[in-house]
Amino acid sequence: MLTKSQAKLFFLAGTIIFSVLFLGLSYDTHVNHVANQPYEKTITPAVIAGKHLWEDNNCMGCHTIFGEGAYYAPELTKVIDRRGEGYVKGLLMSPTPWGEHTSGRKMVAYGFSDEDAQNLVEYFKWAGTVDLNGFPAKPKYKIEANK
Amino acid sequence: MGFAHMGMDGLHDFIPFNTARAVHTNLLVCWLLLGFMGSAYYIIPEESQNELFSPKLAYIQLISFLAVGVTAVIAYHLNWWEGRKFLEIPRPLDYLVVVNVLAFLYNILMTLFKGKKQTTTSLVLAMGLLFAALLYLPGMIWFDSQTLDSFYRWYVVHLWVEGVWELIMGGILAFLLIKITGVDREVIEKWLYVIVGLTFLSGILGTGHHYYYIGAPSYWLWIGGIFSALEPLAFLAMALFALNMYRKGEKKHPNKAALNWTLGAAITSFVGAGLLGAAHTLPNVNLYTHGTLVTAMHGHMAFWGAYAMIVLAIIAYAMPNLTGRKLYDNNMTRYAFWLSNIGMIGMTVAFGVAGVAQVYMERILGVDFMETQKEIEPHFLVLVLCATGFTTGVILYIVNFFQHGKPTDEALVSE
Repeated sequence: MLTKSQAKLFFLAGTIIFSVLFLGLSYDTHVNHVANQPYEKTITPAVIAGKHLWEDNNCMGCHTIFGEGAYYAPELTKVIDRRGEGYVKGLLMSPTPWGEHTSGRKMVAYGFSDEDAQNLVEYFKWAGTVDLNGFPAKPKYKIEANK
Repeated sequence: MGFAHMGMDGLHDFIPFNTARAVHTNLLVCWLLLGFMGSAYYIIPEESQNELFSPKLAYIQLISFLAVGVTAVIAYHLNWWEGRKFLEIPRPLDYLVVVNVLAFLYNILMTLFKGKKQTTTSLVLAMGLLFAALLYLPGMIWFDSQTLDSFYRWYVVHLWVEGVWELIMGGILAFLLIKITGVDREVIEKWLYVIVGLTFLSGILGTGHHYYYIGAPSYWLWIGGIFSALEPLAFLAMALFALNMYRKGEKKHPNKAALNWTLGAAITSFVGAGLLGAAHTLPNVNLYTHGTLVTAMHGHMAFWGAYAMIVLAIIAYAMPNLTGRKLYDNNMTRYAFWLSNIGMIGMTVAFGVAGVAQVYMERILGVDFMETQKEIEPHFLVLVLCATGFTTGVILYIVNFFQHGKPTDEALVSE
């Protein structure tokens, strides 16, 4: 029968071994993998400024990027491919909330300046280039609504 | 937020969804941290047979922690935040949290190590609290890359809720089982080691399930898949352990409310965190469910079962002892328990149905996001109705807390 000291050993040894493994894999991910990816070398000052705006306005409080965030508004990793740069930029600069007359849901009307909106667009464009192991998955079917 | 999901976003001009959500999740985290700290202030002195090192420091720490929390909530309404999921509080407030937690740890560790005894239960609890504080730090580093930002954000979020918080939960659970069931401490603490061992064995590399689709290497798909599939084992062990100790226990403690919440926490955490987590943790499933309401289904019941219920359990256990009142259990405590739990089960089902429908429509059939959301609106009516039941239960708990929370001498008088 398992004794208390054996149980303690199981806990301590397991914790140490798996912590070391995790830190090693984190190092490999950060230094050997992510840092060498082509998209890590295309993080321009505009992309960084866009990331600051993304965080300063808590966009993740409604949207997701890389599938992370809240589930109230669309996933934005491939938003430029899906909607085009002009639509996204226009929406970010609009003084009227998105959905004001068309949907029950609304988006805050940020009314960004041309420069800020462009920075956010650059951030989305950059996000769209990251290799996400197949996410977001392409839908298996494409159905059309009966109008 | 339920109403907003139904298309009735009437408060948008005053409380947009991102503000409501940040308040919702951060209040939860703040309340749980307060609960863990309060539990430690109760358990550590009792286990180490020593008075709390500095009650004055504890008061200062409590008040300053609350002040930081209130400031953060106000800040969210003024569009001041860090905007990273679960770590929304503005950066200057982060530093205050660090100072606050250091004061707390100093107080607790001094109490523990100056005490007569360092029991396994108290050591596991203190270790959980110490590592929770340390793991807060990687979340404060700025990365230009969204991939690395996300990678290290999970050091905090995942390794808290699926790592060191389980240590804290295990410590509180062990303490409650020792007190309520009367089973020998050695037996309970042996199984505590096994449970926290299983937690780290699966949970540390289980962090990989957050690394599938953020730009990290593909080996995380199988590492995360295998180890997160093992994560329910720790919760299963916890549930079996609590039920077995209850059956074994010869002592029939009169505090039925604390017993309900304790066993409830062990079982609900297995369902919410273990089973519902496993339901969407494998990479081939998660590819479609990642970033949908399926995550909300798992998240709500997991936090409720594993952490909220264990905090409510320790409060239910500690209150009669602290007030000297012999009232342990009444109709209100029973209604509070059942209403809140049935409400939470209903909410979980509503989220699950909405989430699965969303996955099939949006991710498999390629229907537009907003069109899909329009179709799943009715499930949010069910969610709101169940949430009303849940909230009524929680309100009853709070009413009972204030009604019977003041010190009394009835125990002394009756003796």
